[in-house]
Amino acid sequence: MDAVVQFFHAIPLDLIIIQTVNGIVTGMILALIASGLTLIFGIMDVVNFAHGELFMLGAYVGVVIIATTGNFWLALIGASLIVALLGAAMQIVALRPLIGRDPLNTILATFGISLVLQNYALWTFGPVARKIGEPITGQFQLFYLQYPWYRLLIAALSAAIIGGFWVYLKRGKFGVWIRATAQDRVMAQAMGIPVPWVYTGVFAIGAAMAAASGVLFAPMVGVNHTMGLDWVLKAFIVVVVGGMGNFGGSIAAAIFISLVEAYAAIWVDPSHAVLVSFVILILTLLFRPTGLFVATPR
Amino acid sequence: MTTAPLDKGAALQKLPRDKTRVSHTVVFWIGFCIVMATLIVAPLVLPEFWRRLTTEILIWGLLAMSSDLLIGYTGMVSFGHSAFFGLGMYGAAGAALFVAYFSTRLRDIYFAITTLIFSQIFYVIIFTWTAVTGGENGLIFTRPHLRIPFLYDARFTSTTMHWFVLAVVAGSYLILRRVTQSPFGMVLQSIRENEPRTRAIGYRVENFKMVAVMLSGLFAGLAGVLYAIQNEFAAPDFVYFLTSGETVIYNVMGGIGTLVGPIVGAGFFHLMRELLSRFFGEQFPYLIPLGLIFIAMIIFLPQGIMGFARRWLNR
Repeated sequence: MDAVVQFFHAIPLDLIIIQTVNGIVTGMILALIASGLTLIFGIMDVVNFAHGELFMLGAYVGVVIIATTGNFWLALIGASLIVALLGAAMQIVALRPLIGRDPLNTILATFGISLVLQNYALWTFGPVARKIGEPITGQFQLFYLQYPWYRLLIAALSAAIIGGFWVYLKRGKFGVWIRATAQDRVMAQAMGIPVPWVYTGVFAIGAAMAAASGVLFAPMVGVNHTMGLDWVLKAFIVVVVGGMGNFGGSIAAAIFISLVEAYAAIWVDPSHAVLVSFVILILTLLFRPTGLFVATPR
Repeated sequence: MTTAPLDKGAALQKLPRDKTRVSHTVVFWIGFCIVMATLIVAPLVLPEFWRRLTTEILIWGLLAMSSDLLIGYTGMVSFGHSAFFGLGMYGAAGAALFVAYFSTRLRDIYFAITTLIFSQIFYVIIFTWTAVTGGENGLIFTRPHLRIPFLYDARFTSTTMHWFVLAVVAGSYLILRRVTQSPFGMVLQSIRENEPRTRAIGYRVENFKMVAVMLSGLFAGLAGVLYAIQNEFAAPDFVYFLTSGETVIYNVMGGIGTLVGPIVGAGFFHLMRELLSRFFGEQFPYLIPLGLIFIAMIIFLPQGIMGFARRWLNR
């Protein structure tokens, strides 16, 4: 009994609160990346290996726009638009010819794209990490830490983007098309919905969301050409744990996994805390392969 | 992914006629001997640099061939082959069983992602466990002698190294070829074609997949050991995702489900890389043009160089 009491006393409450905030902030960014990934999978059956590279390119385009205009918000919008166009071009050139083939083909093709984009970034911008300044520099007291307001703003903005997209999916004309295509693509085509363009649009939207999260996240870490892989791996884990193609599930899973990782980092080395999410993934795949946050399939 | 089903069908139709079947085998062995002879002579003719490159292509070819057993014959794309390759270099092999146990319950995309994540787990472990693995710096060791107890003991020169690698790769190829033509290999191919039906016939699909992953991991580990001996060096970089990715590229470029194809693909990849860096300098990002070729091949030439050549020859 004593040991139990001691254990609970040993838990540092302030650390837990700090890590909760940290976990939610990274969770919201992860949710923004993962929702694009899961959207592309859910509608097109494409596992987008290049998603991390879109995230990375978004951050780089943001760096370039800030260097020329000095305006962070302009960079956020500009990067999203440019990467959305790039995503649409990618889909038309490389993925459209593969419709109707084995889905493994699209994995390989997007993997090829990710290689090209990553090396392009390395070639153009060099191996040295770039830095973006935070657009707002205010801080507030969180126990013994000076916690930047900007991080909370990121979480709020990510939530706003995801929420806005969700509303659009429910209300907008194109959103209705997307949902119709997801339900039954043959029937949607018969009703006059231009399904190939819905695919292109969905890919562009997913790319824009990845780019936006890249720009939002850039001030917290440096921007370099390998940042994509780490995040796409995490996003994959989130998408699988949340249930492939399940929009709400992947958002819940993103926050869940980030929180667990943040708590784990209290006790173990942060580089090993990553392993915790791997374990969650493996357990999910073994016991609930359809995802943690979906109703039990009948 | 279909792997040149046309000529397979043609071969089956010809089967009853004994004569063509014999000639098929004869042609195969003649071709095999010619290629072997060329590769045996190669180190005596080629200058040092190209000798090393040929040896390395053979090693990468073995790695690619091992993953072909999964991609081409069982229909499972592994993005984690660098783990086996790298762990072979660090002297561990049982990992394949561990990975196989978890990942073979999954299919298609889930399999690809899980293998990718497993290789990343091993990367993190190797990268951070500095005491044993040397961390980021890797391990440097001196090359062991080539020795047959009481009979032969000599230092590896780059020529004998080449022959040693060639012998191992050729041996592995013959074993893998036998495996894919055995009843076991036939079951693997039927899993690729239709998994539920294979299960319905009564095969324990999971066990077959598990053995396939272990076999594949074994040969990948062998390739890793060869690479370590060749370069006297083992580093966590080889466990990294990029190695797995390149393995998949060799397969697709050469032609999946052909076993020889992946070796051809590895050769093509490394020769192109060499040519590009000769033309445009060392700093040139060779993966950009190679990546574009790779994407183009998936779209226009999904059967790869070997598959294309085979279909063209059969015509």
